[in-house]
Amino acid sequence: MKDKLIIASKKFNSRLIVGTGKYKNMFECAKAIKLSGADIVTVAVRRVNISDKNKPLLMDYIDPKKITYLPNTAGCFTSKDALRTLRLAREIGGWKLVKLEVLGDKKNLFPDMIETLKSTEVLSKEGFKVMVYCNDDPLMSKRLENVGASAIMPLASPIGSGLGILNKINIQIIRKQTKLPLLIDAGLGQASDATIAMELGCDGVLVNTAIAKAKKPFEMAQAFKNAVIAGRQSYLSGRIKRTIKGSPSSPITGII
Amino acid sequence: MKKIKKIKIKVNGKIITIIDKFTLGELVNDLKIPLSKIAIEFNKEIVDKKRIKKIKLKNNDIIEIVHFIGGG
Repeated sequence: MKDKLIIASKKFNSRLIVGTGKYKNMFECAKAIKLSGADIVTVAVRRVNISDKNKPLLMDYIDPKKITYLPNTAGCFTSKDALRTLRLAREIGGWKLVKLEVLGDKKNLFPDMIETLKSTEVLSKEGFKVMVYCNDDPLMSKRLENVGASAIMPLASPIGSGLGILNKINIQIIRKQTKLPLLIDAGLGQASDATIAMELGCDGVLVNTAIAKAKKPFEMAQAFKNAVIAGRQSYLSGRIKRTIKGSPSSPITGII
Repeated sequence: MKKIKKIKIKVNGKIITIIDKFTLGELVNDLKIPLSKIAIEFNKEIVDKKRIKKIKLKNNDIIEIVHFIGGG
């Protein structure tokens, strides 16, 4: 049986979700996504440019029939704005699987968990399958689960910071308490951060800046792909116990 | 000669002048973006895209037309 990522009853081959922002151009974005092997990409909802009708469209470069679009509420600071954004996203073409992100702090981009919790409840009741960007707080994660979240997505560190996972213990506590898909969202800086996330037992990771802003985005996209696979395999393989004593790898009998 | 009546509407934050009796469908058509790639809000309410040909625009209408772009 193949080890698949299952979110809201939908199965995905890749455990790496990538963002489509911050790339130099659409071509670079589309190629990096292909190389990453991602089945899901996050997208933003924004105004159509009415004065430049020839602007390239994301959908012309990344086919939503081949890759799952995950509409995101990035840039929303209130529940009202987030709900409006996702209702519009659904209207574009029936998108129900969405990523909720309600920010509360313009400097660090930390989520406003009160607004996030309210929005999750409303959206779930409206039939949305909500993947929720949140703090690495076990109690809030539980509350999100209780109001119908489809996936818990705690930050590793502030969005775009590249600091990696700051609180492994909290991620492990959340992992132990929930059967919902758990994905690390935001803050990863290099491929090994993704491996660590997977080794902590996360079901997947979401990466944007670390790939888009790498010196070589195509190579980094592949590095993240491999890192996620390695981390998952490592997690499923069961690591050895940590010990402060040495234990020889070669037999100690028959030494000449 | 009869003067054509013009009205002012706001589309994506910009005030534009159009001829009277223009429909929302005609306005969207003018943008040359397939309907399958956008969502439309008409005076703060999401519109069913099948209905836009029937909506006549009036002075001071506010329209938001959105689509997906790259984002994290």
